[in-house]
Amino acid sequence: MAANKPGIPSLADFVEKVKSGEIFDEIQKVVLESQIWKSSFRHGYADTPRNRVLQIASNVWLHLHPVKIHRHALRIKFTWCMGGITFLLFLSTVVTGVILMFYYRPVGEYAYFDMKYLQYDVPFGMLMRNMHRWAAHAMVITVWLHMFRVFLTGSYKPPREFNWVIGVFLVTFTLLLSFTGYLLPWDQLAMWAVTVGTNMARATPFLGHEGPFQEYVFGVSPRYDARSLLIGGSMVGPPALLRFYVLHCIFIPLVAGALMIVHFWRIRKDGGISGPL
Amino acid sequence: MVDASVNVKEKPAKSGGKKTAKKDEPKDTIWSRRDFFSLAGWAGFAATLGLSSLFFTRLLFPRVLFEPSPIFKAGRPSDYTVGEVSTKYVKDQRVWIVRDLEGIYVVYALCTHLGCTPRWFKTDAKYKCPCHGSGFTKDGINFEGPAPRPLEHLKIELGPDGYIIIDKSKKFLYEKGEWGKPGSKLLI
Repeated sequence: MAANKPGIPSLADFVEKVKSGEIFDEIQKVVLESQIWKSSFRHGYADTPRNRVLQIASNVWLHLHPVKIHRHALRIKFTWCMGGITFLLFLSTVVTGVILMFYYRPVGEYAYFDMKYLQYDVPFGMLMRNMHRWAAHAMVITVWLHMFRVFLTGSYKPPREFNWVIGVFLVTFTLLLSFTGYLLPWDQLAMWAVTVGTNMARATPFLGHEGPFQEYVFGVSPRYDARSLLIGGSMVGPPALLRFYVLHCIFIPLVAGALMIVHFWRIRKDGGISGPL
Repeated sequence: MVDASVNVKEKPAKSGGKKTAKKDEPKDTIWSRRDFFSLAGWAGFAATLGLSSLFFTRLLFPRVLFEPSPIFKAGRPSDYTVGEVSTKYVKDQRVWIVRDLEGIYVVYALCTHLGCTPRWFKTDAKYKCPCHGSGFTKDGINFEGPAPRPLEHLKIELGPDGYIIIDKSKKFLYEKGEWGKPGSKLLI
């Protein structure tokens, strides 16, 4: 037997290592000491308070998080984890949404059939579409529940009043994401829902052609007002579809994402998640 | 003051480096060169941003709309009988054409409540909305149901070829006193 030499390991030795679990320690050692691992994570996990801090603080993906949190921050009865669930749902809509973009074309002639194609012929297309849809619905619900919880626990009070305002913007953008996504299936429901929805923009103060004070603003007419800006014409047609698509996929997610970064960062800066009194 | 007048002379002479000269320098000009360029830079930045925003806003309003034209021809005036409401163009153009003793006017078939299409009932002589029961008289005045204001009248005129031309983009609102205005009714 050449057991002591570093030559070809015998099968019996290998089986023995697997059985004893020693192989996993060896693999762990190889992985943790590799340059890829070390350069990615920078700090080995020697479980010391300092390393715990460094793990979060020196990682670009985690550094927004607090390095330490209060014990009460983990109490599900207090937070309901609604903010976290909302963010998770947002991430799932981003992932499934990008996948849907591989097939969907925001063009009047194609949009409806691309939606049907996704649903009935693209492998896993139905799953992706419905995940996107239900995550979006759920996100609207959880974001309201999150707001409700923050209100009930008085977490909007100083020093957290700034973050409350950011949160109100985020609720608004969540609703706008839902509204703009509503048009994209390009069926009758979408058409009329958005027709009714954008008709409200006629009544915008100053900028809507049927709104109050519009007579004081130069140039406001059915052709040039808040509604025609939104739908790119005088009726919900292909230009509206394209505009809503761009708003839905690019503009609103970017703005909402930026606000989310501020929102999460401010939690830490305002002293962590508020606790029970 | 005497010192100051002397210092004006030696403006480029930075190498002179006298304490009095340095002290008086800000008094000679409103802004230092650094202030001026800083302000000019920021002003340029703000102007660029402001102008680009204006351009972008204008860009969002296209010059050409690829939509059905709001203007259409609706036969000759002699096609309409006095006292009748023509429902001929409701399906295609969403308008009723009404002929009374004075002339012809056009009523837009869009309920002022939530935008459904009402129907004309000849026996009751009223427009009735199927959605929430709003009722309007023959000329469009709301008298029952939730509709907050009368139906809208649209622009009507006679073309040089003797055909009626209706422009749906120009509306005449009763509550603004526009029903008597020129273009709101084709007088015959």
